[in-house]
Amino acid sequence: MMGRTIFIDPGRCIGCQACVSACRECDSHRGKSMIHLDYTDEGSSVASLPTVCMHCEDPVAPCAEVCPADAILVTADGVVQQADTSRCIGCANCVNACPFGVPKIDLQAKLQMKCNLCYDRTAYGLAPMCATVCPTGALYYGTLEELQAERPGVQVADTFVFGESEVRTGVAMVVPAERVRWPVPGGLPVVEVNGKDVRR
Amino acid sequence: MTADPRAADGRTAVPLDPSLAPPGTRGFRDAGGIPADRWHADQNGETLVPTHCCFCGVQCGMYLRVDHGGKVFGVEPRNHDINRMRLCPKGINAYQQVNHPDRLTAPLMRRSRDEDLREVSWDEALDFTVSEIKRIQQAHGRDAFGVLGGASLFSEKTYLVGKFARVALRTRHVDYNGRLCMVSAAGANKLAFNIDRAGNPFADILLTDCLLLAGANVGECFPVLTQYVWGARDRGATLIVVDPRETAVARTADIHVALKSGTDSAFFNSVLNVVIEEGLTDEAYLAAHATGWEEVKAEVAQYPPSRAAEICGVPAEQIVQVARAFARAPKAMAFHARGIEHHTQGVENCLSVINLCTATGHIGKPGAGYGTLTGQGNGQGGREHGQKADLLPGGRSILNEEHRRQICEIWGIEESELPAAGTSMMEMVWQMQRREIRGLIGICNNPFVSLPNYAVVKEGYDTTEFHAQFDFFLSETAANAHVVFPVTIWAEDEGVMANAEARVVKHNKAQEPPAGVRTDTWVMCEIARRLGAGDKFAFGSSREVFDELRRASAGTIIDYSGITYERLEETGGISWPCPSTDHPGTPRLFEDGTTYHADGKIHMQVVEWHPPADPYDDAHPLTLTTGRTVAHFLSGNQTRRLGALVEQTPRPWAEIHPAHGFRNGEPVRVVTRRGSEVFPALVTEAIRPDTVFIPYHWPVPTAANALTIDALDPRSKIPEYKVCACRIEHAAEIDEVPAPPVAPGHVAYPETQVSRTDPLPPTAPQGRGTSERS
Repeated sequence: MMGRTIFIDPGRCIGCQACVSACRECDSHRGKSMIHLDYTDEGSSVASLPTVCMHCEDPVAPCAEVCPADAILVTADGVVQQADTSRCIGCANCVNACPFGVPKIDLQAKLQMKCNLCYDRTAYGLAPMCATVCPTGALYYGTLEELQAERPGVQVADTFVFGESEVRTGVAMVVPAERVRWPVPGGLPVVEVNGKDVRR
Repeated sequence: MTADPRAADGRTAVPLDPSLAPPGTRGFRDAGGIPADRWHADQNGETLVPTHCCFCGVQCGMYLRVDHGGKVFGVEPRNHDINRMRLCPKGINAYQQVNHPDRLTAPLMRRSRDEDLREVSWDEALDFTVSEIKRIQQAHGRDAFGVLGGASLFSEKTYLVGKFARVALRTRHVDYNGRLCMVSAAGANKLAFNIDRAGNPFADILLTDCLLLAGANVGECFPVLTQYVWGARDRGATLIVVDPRETAVARTADIHVALKSGTDSAFFNSVLNVVIEEGLTDEAYLAAHATGWEEVKAEVAQYPPSRAAEICGVPAEQIVQVARAFARAPKAMAFHARGIEHHTQGVENCLSVINLCTATGHIGKPGAGYGTLTGQGNGQGGREHGQKADLLPGGRSILNEEHRRQICEIWGIEESELPAAGTSMMEMVWQMQRREIRGLIGICNNPFVSLPNYAVVKEGYDTTEFHAQFDFFLSETAANAHVVFPVTIWAEDEGVMANAEARVVKHNKAQEPPAGVRTDTWVMCEIARRLGAGDKFAFGSSREVFDELRRASAGTIIDYSGITYERLEETGGISWPCPSTDHPGTPRLFEDGTTYHADGKIHMQVVEWHPPADPYDDAHPLTLTTGRTVAHFLSGNQTRRLGALVEQTPRPWAEIHPAHGFRNGEPVRVVTRRGSEVFPALVTEAIRPDTVFIPYHWPVPTAANALTIDALDPRSKIPEYKVCACRIEHAAEIDEVPAPPVAPGHVAYPETQVSRTDPLPPTAPQGRGTSERS
């Protein structure tokens, strides 16, 4: 896990979409939001959770790995950038490769766009816009130690297993203490978290 | 409090200085070089003006981003200690109102409602208004003209509304839209403590061991406060939520009491009953600090959990659970909002919560106390300085001779000239229906959406001979007026607001208003001058009004005399009472155990539960309740024009339980004794099966308030928005559901009857004025 990163805590999300509005204000892609909300149990609960790019670390981001145009840059500090406008061919390989359902294609522009962890802010030590404004702390930006100091006993996961594949991510999720299963953004069931089979 | 190093004087935008930027703000322009990418090209020359959000009673600090040309073009989170950078979606998008194409930029007028509104000069609009005021008052008496203010206005302006009505118009009829908000809590607080404000600052939430939220949908109405709620929970506090719906905060509560709307006082009486039965009262505190305890004890004996469970529709065990959790906690706090206040027994509901806090000794300590969460930005300040029908500045009573004399001295008028108490907002509409009030000036309010029983409201306004409205967008109510005065938006003037903690904060000016737009202050003063009272209204700025307000409040409980603009900028906010410029303010009340009653005690009040005003029968067996959604604010006049918020919540819905057999999205007709409307169904188990919920931010034909009842609490005169009898039916046609307005940037708007006499200048933004929109 990278030093300072986003931690997603679905237990704190109130579905207000401040993150979505704040993302639109980000100068990287002003006017368009690169974050969305999922409603995990619609009809029986108001539960929601924000989906941001997980900035996969190992294997190197699947979106970047499959990009035929080498348009997706992963910086030295582990941030998976959105596609380079001068290289992206809008083929949507990245969309198909991402296990979390994050990258989006602007079909008219033939351009992939995604969360780049507000690189214009984080490069200067500022929190990304979504985590800055999140009224509840469902999106938290900092180190694991800072998070645990603020929320004693909190546990996080940065490794997710999808069938045969394991993905370690730069962004981490807070693991609900009392629940062992929850859907992953994009609809695939989580099988294993931090090496533990959560189906049992 | 955190000093804000970037505070401006309110008139000059602050140049960007990275060395002064608090963590998280945009101070990186020269901070070590710019990355070689394309994302920073537009940062040069940007200025940040520190101010606060215009919307709810939390009053989050924010910076408005101002470009080279002096125009507001964005928002940046601000590390103010109220919100610590956090903002909700309304706050993030608020800046888009400032230069919105729908802004009114010239006065609109028509001489009769048969005509369309047309743009006129300021002189023509003011002359017509003044001649109509004179005509109506000469023919029918001074009280035939009324004024309705708003709690979104700065406190300086709300002070001026009261003075304008009583000194310039000399009418007793002045009230404001805070009447629809937290007057029940205000009434209860006055009865119990003789002070009308919350007892504790928000920061105390982090110190509590048990947090009780009653009828307070914090997640949607005050999202930024959720960080305090979660903070308390992180430290092990028990969270109790009393709400008929499973709100986002209720979902994570230790105890969620999904009681039937309209039964709150029975529930809280029963909780107190259990507290007494289990010997959990704080008898020492009661003996030293309270009166009326024996009477309250006798009354709550009538509410054993078995009976209350039947009334409230919740398990009796849950009542016991709540009583034990609240009373056994070393420190407990109770916050309530419109959920228990919007009732014909709103005052009693609040009193039943105060009784519980008092009996358990949870008052006046860090982490222990009570509060009401005010819905409007200046919901607290808007009621403090004379905008209410029965109040003079400083919370003085208009019925009290000494109070009247004091104010007349400051205003320079004879006591005989000061009118008597007026009537409440809804009662004024009834008087308009009866032609007792024949002329009205509305200042930044939108009763066509926000008052209950729309048919009555429409008839009242249609009956009125003359109606003028101040606003910056053409609201549904303004579209009905004879004269519409285009006034400034919050970012175009300076002034103070008091948030739900009674913390006074300063808003700063970020840009000049568009040509043709005047401040509300200027318009009121100009009308007063033309009515011959100019010497009493010689105000050139908000600061001058604030200085008079400070003097007018000196010596009262609501004492602002020690609060200055300069101190507010240095401190980030001061809670009243603040009687001198070296006084630090009063964030927490009753720390020494004394209240503001002459005997220093809490006056506990007997509360007897009674059923809601609109009876259930076979034709109307369900409960209709109304409320807010996170993306919209009050009548929606502001937020229904902002693309991101419209996209988030394009239209209202009827939230119903799956037990009724409807499919999600299916059209459902909701019928009450006032009428019926069709909404798409939102089918969810997160609501009681006997309850239907509709958010109220939209006008007819999907106005929740076309269905609600205009029954009032006899003391606070707040309408009973939160409960009326209804039924639901299948609606035949899907196309009965109005299509959502989805245009980005601004939304389609109902017929507005505007015509333009002059063509738009070539530089005018597209869509300026409502007739220019497709």
